[in-house]
Amino acid sequence: MVKHGNARPTPLYDTHLALGARMIEFSGWHMPIQYSGILAEHRCVRENVGIFDLSHMGEFDVQGPGARAFLQELLTNNLDRAHPGKALYSALCNESGGVIDDLLVYQRADDDYLVVVNASNIEKDFEWFQQHCVDGVALANRSYEVALIAVQGPQASAVVTPAVTRPTDDLYYYEFRPDEIAGRPVTLARTGYTGEDGFEVYVRNDGAQAVWDTLWKLGEPLGMRPVGLGARDTLRLEMGYALYGNELDETVNPIEAGLGWVVSAKKAFIGSDVILPLKKGGTPKTLRGLKLQGKGVPRRHCPVKAEGKQVGEVTSGTVSPTLSEPIALALIEAEAVKEPLSIEIRGRDVPASLADVPFVPSNVYRRPRPA
Amino acid sequence: MEFPEELRYSTSHEWVRTSGAKAVCGITDYAQHELSDIVYVELPDVGREVEAGEACAVIESVKIASDIYAPVSGKVTKINMQLDAAPETVNADPYRAGWLFEIEMTDPAEADGLMNAEEYKAHTEVETH
Repeated sequence: MVKHGNARPTPLYDTHLALGARMIEFSGWHMPIQYSGILAEHRCVRENVGIFDLSHMGEFDVQGPGARAFLQELLTNNLDRAHPGKALYSALCNESGGVIDDLLVYQRADDDYLVVVNASNIEKDFEWFQQHCVDGVALANRSYEVALIAVQGPQASAVVTPAVTRPTDDLYYYEFRPDEIAGRPVTLARTGYTGEDGFEVYVRNDGAQAVWDTLWKLGEPLGMRPVGLGARDTLRLEMGYALYGNELDETVNPIEAGLGWVVSAKKAFIGSDVILPLKKGGTPKTLRGLKLQGKGVPRRHCPVKAEGKQVGEVTSGTVSPTLSEPIALALIEAEAVKEPLSIEIRGRDVPASLADVPFVPSNVYRRPRPA
Repeated sequence: MEFPEELRYSTSHEWVRTSGAKAVCGITDYAQHELSDIVYVELPDVGREVEAGEACAVIESVKIASDIYAPVSGKVTKINMQLDAAPETVNADPYRAGWLFEIEMTDPAEADGLMNAEEYKAHTEVETH
């Protein structure tokens, strides 16, 4: 039975049901929130390998002789840091310096880019792109034509490498290339939102099932599990990665949200006149990691207090499945932060302390630095 | 899905196992399945007086916090301290090792007014549709 309502299914909807997924409606898509359970799926990614359907994400083609200059104008990060086969993480900001979205831009060529945006912002972002479009730029919204499957975890390469046409040892973190799985053309990227080694495979909708089935056949004997949006969230939170809607929104600037590292001071872009002085001089508020020293689950909007006075708010919180302790990201007034801190959870002040982010180590497949 | 015959059930998915005036309480298999990964259990203080239907405990799963309601009235005499270190016990064994608290009932007959296993099972089926 396919319940459509107003939400659309991904090409893998039936597969999720067959695997026993609990489905939810997320930004207009029917998505699996979990299969065997969030904690089990999370741990499987950290210790082994998991497979995700992320077809809800948005994909835009930005092409033409004017494409590079257009993206330099809109994005905070600098394409000088990219080259063909390289992806960049960036913020997209408005004139007031507020974050419209966070996204990835994959440079296929000097005049050809794939921009991948959050599902919740597909239409908003595309409209923004169209509003600011100039001659020499061709835009196409491929979000409803392109599927995305991710394989993440220490065993990701054991699953993906046999499925593609050549070795992946020299495909490092944030690099990508065109490839083929089950005879279908794919974009194979060494990217992810988990902090583990992994791949993201972009394929046209009509190839999604064949790609999933091929990866499943290779991964299932290794103990690969399907992983839903629930564990996707706990995995990214352990890494301190921002989630649009929690750490990021149009009322927040990228500097205070911890994205200063993807803001280039070497060019002008929409919002740069507000943002670059903040990058230089600092912001009143700052995003910090917190750990609880007591029992409870910190959740979004829980007040953060120093000496009994509110100094900020939790943007994301959970119990870390890896650490088995409560963790949170919070936007707090930098000046007012004096430990001991506390987080107010359902009327109770629970002691908390500042924590380094990421909360768990990163294992992404980095290009080795020359000696 | 388990619905032990010897227990009594509330509409809010708590179960009661009585012996004399003592009522051991917990959440049902249906409830633990709905909640999924339980990460934290907040139990009432021993000695607390509760009314049937009063929120007296909280179970937090990864995604959400849920209120748990006293299925009968009386005084909380015991709480399951094991859940502090192992909250996932409630998922694994909701009717035995995952018990939450024990109440000394003001009226030992009150539990008879709760649903039996068959009635509760039907109740969960209605809720699903």
